[in-house]
Amino acid sequence: MNFFFEVLVGGLLSGVMYSLVALGFVLIYKASGVFNFAQGAMVFFAVLSFVGFMELGLNFWVALPVTVALMVVVGVVTERLVLRPLVGQSEDTLLMATIGLAFVVEGVAQLAWGVKVRRLELGIADEPMGWLADNADILVSQLDVAAGLVAGIMVAVLALIFSKTKVGRGLRAVADDNAAALSVGIPLKQILVVVWATAGVVALVAGMMWGARSGVQFALVGVALKAMPVLIIGGFTSVPGVIVAGLIVGAAEKMAEVYLGPYVGGGIEGWLPYVLAVLFLLVRPEGLFGEKIIRRV
Amino acid sequence: MFYRESGQYSTSYGQDRQLLQLRQDRVGMVVLLAIGLVGIPFAASDYWLSAILIPWLVLALVALGQNILMGYAGQLSLGSAGFMAAGAFACYNLILRVPGIPFVAAVLISGLIAAVVGILFGLPSLRIRGLYLAVATLASQFFIVWALDKFGWFKNYDSSGIINAQAIVVFGHTMGTPAEKYLVVFAIVAVLALLAANMAAGSVGRGWMAVRDMDVAAEAMGLSLLRTKLQAFAISSFYCGVGGALYLFAYLQTAEPTGFNIELSFRILFMVIIGGLGTILGAFLGSAFILLLPVFLNIFFHAIFGAAVDATITSALEQVIFGVLIIVFLIYEPLGLARLWQITKERLRLWPFKY
Amino acid sequence: MDMATHDHAHGDDMSTTQRGFAIGKPILELDSVSLRFGGVKALTNISFNVLEHEIRAIIGPNGAGKSSMLNVINGVYRPQEGTITLRGQKLTDMTPNRAAAMGISRTFQNIALFKGMTVLDNIMAGCSQREHANFLEVAFQLPRARREETANREKVEEIIEFLQIEHIRKTPVKRLPYGLQKRVELGRALAAQPKILLLDEPMAGMNIEEKQDMCRFILDVNDHYGTTVVLIEHDMGVVMDLSDRVVVLDYGKKIGDGTPEEVRSNPEVIKAYLGVAD
Repeated sequence: MNFFFEVLVGGLLSGVMYSLVALGFVLIYKASGVFNFAQGAMVFFAVLSFVGFMELGLNFWVALPVTVALMVVVGVVTERLVLRPLVGQSEDTLLMATIGLAFVVEGVAQLAWGVKVRRLELGIADEPMGWLADNADILVSQLDVAAGLVAGIMVAVLALIFSKTKVGRGLRAVADDNAAALSVGIPLKQILVVVWATAGVVALVAGMMWGARSGVQFALVGVALKAMPVLIIGGFTSVPGVIVAGLIVGAAEKMAEVYLGPYVGGGIEGWLPYVLAVLFLLVRPEGLFGEKIIRRV
Repeated sequence: MFYRESGQYSTSYGQDRQLLQLRQDRVGMVVLLAIGLVGIPFAASDYWLSAILIPWLVLALVALGQNILMGYAGQLSLGSAGFMAAGAFACYNLILRVPGIPFVAAVLISGLIAAVVGILFGLPSLRIRGLYLAVATLASQFFIVWALDKFGWFKNYDSSGIINAQAIVVFGHTMGTPAEKYLVVFAIVAVLALLAANMAAGSVGRGWMAVRDMDVAAEAMGLSLLRTKLQAFAISSFYCGVGGALYLFAYLQTAEPTGFNIELSFRILFMVIIGGLGTILGAFLGSAFILLLPVFLNIFFHAIFGAAVDATITSALEQVIFGVLIIVFLIYEPLGLARLWQITKERLRLWPFKY
Repeated sequence: MDMATHDHAHGDDMSTTQRGFAIGKPILELDSVSLRFGGVKALTNISFNVLEHEIRAIIGPNGAGKSSMLNVINGVYRPQEGTITLRGQKLTDMTPNRAAAMGISRTFQNIALFKGMTVLDNIMAGCSQREHANFLEVAFQLPRARREETANREKVEEIIEFLQIEHIRKTPVKRLPYGLQKRVELGRALAAQPKILLLDEPMAGMNIEEKQDMCRFILDVNDHYGTTVVLIEHDMGVVMDLSDRVVVLDYGKKIGDGTPEEVRSNPEVIKAYLGVAD
């Protein structure tokens, strides 16, 4: 029974990591209606730059804002050079453009920082939590728990920002209708900068969590692909949905891998999230918390 | 003044329907086919045949399949490599287990098998579009490659996990040399391309485009969305499967399932975007472009930086350039190289006049 | 304002020599149809019929449910209550495919042309019900595929000539001005050789000349082919001149049903459109 809990909790916390990455997607989508396929690459770029800056000698607490600033620049440049020229184009076109963007960001990341795998020390060990291990005989990684806490805090903060502040309202207006938002005086450019900055911060945090866990390497980008099923299950526009969906995906993936994996030689986690998403689409295309899509004829 | 169409007009609907309307175009196509069929096998070097022309034709075929799904039917797919794998491994197993099966028959049956797989994964995807569909195709991509890898039967329980393509035997004659392999590929690709062009120009293509552009109106006209989309999935997967079989037998020779990965799917996607969505020509132009660009970049870098260029740097640069090209094409010429070619032809028709 | 350049106004008692097809029995009957979207009642207890060969207009203020009415008739929406009887058959599960198979063709309020295709291809697409050749026959250009293609092309050319759009047949529709696009959409609906033609605001956004042309086309279609026409229209002059009978909707309910003259003088209708002086 203990083992089951370990696997479950491990999966849930792993899922929190997915949610963190998926959060970045949701933010961009909420504000600009664009699915940023390059978000995974940006996560990678963010944490790689962070580690790179530290290697160059910058202190942890200096490298952090510098990286955030860098991500803001990346976001603004993306908005100007990629999204703005394609305003009004079909959803598919925008998606393909962000695929191209993903390639660019990945390539630039490797050009700038090289391909060496790096370690990221956050001061939190990827080891079982002491008292849980001793008292309940359950092994749960401290790092995973920390990630869970961080994610929880981020979600709470974001939810508050969205619903309570003027900026948040502006964000929602922009997401709904750019032209209308402009016409009521919402500073579109500033809002978009805020959106991309936030997404950049989220990307950095997600990258840091992942990087501390598995090393800062290119495979991180593949992890971000997993965020797509999370978005589908949770609903593209829902922050809580993304969290719940991440938990579901993480848990399902881990359980399947541990319990079914041995029968088929492993690797189930490579495709299970996607198949899950497809099954969800059959039953509930708008996701758990998403908005129902209505088409008028 | 050479590319004039004056004096050429259709006198029947049959004539009006021809794929190549201008006599100059038809002559050009005949010349091209003659060069392809006769000239190249004799004149081209083995390197050119094996490393450039064969993969160009094979990947163009896969790009055609992708184009049918994306350009004509409007379904975004990121799973073409998965269907290639299905076709490749199906062909390998057919030739392995069915003694004496003709190569071309094996290839076609592999295409059919890939089509069935395509229908299976297409069924749940029928009511979704855009990004949702992309994720569903990722499901097919990852699952197919995983299944082919994990279940040793597909690889004939080879301990290394790699399969070796058997020889291509046509009418008892082993097509071993690059020139012979090229001829087999050329023949199959040319025929399938013609069939695709016919479908695209006829009722089938109109059905696809109708469902792509305005599915509500298409339904109101009596088109079955289910049947039309499934058909597009099936035919597209067939082409990808045949392409995959040829990719293995005529090009790679050895392969493992993970070689048909998502990177390959992205390459195919880029071929279609750069080449031109919704055109037959686009598949060939895009395939050539994506294949030749790394070659040119290599030459370019060596010229500038000398011989000692780190491979990781060139590949990263390549990635950046590909990404930038995709974005540039999507912004400025979403209909790709095929459209640029069309514009060039239109200018030629008027030359030396401007309009 | 006489929109129709026909030599008689509809609404008169017609003898068969004056119009191509005498108005016949009910071809379409709606009985107590109600349609809801969540809490919004789009249609409430609608009952009316459409007689064969007539031109029936559906009018009403914006948001009255007119488009929803058409969508119910051709199966895009499924009504929660009520029945539709089409050509004598009671139907409870109408879908757009079935509607098309039973001879209903339609146009859309916001022009649902296939933007990626030419005029010719758009209208040819309308022939899809007569295209029985499968994809293999098309791929290999076998005889049945070629015969169907040529036969359909002939039919489509008739329509192109009728609508006077020969000069733009190879033009991509997205390059056409609004009025011509609407005409092409009409052509596409006609390509299916429908028994019933549903037109959703066929003259919206048109200038006087374009409206005159469109009126003429609709009348000619009704006259030559006997096609029953149900159209949604805002322009009162058009409605008065074009239609045999009119249904008036307001807030999803039927408030008028009869000839144009009867409806025009109906106080309920006047109130709905113009309001009542207090």
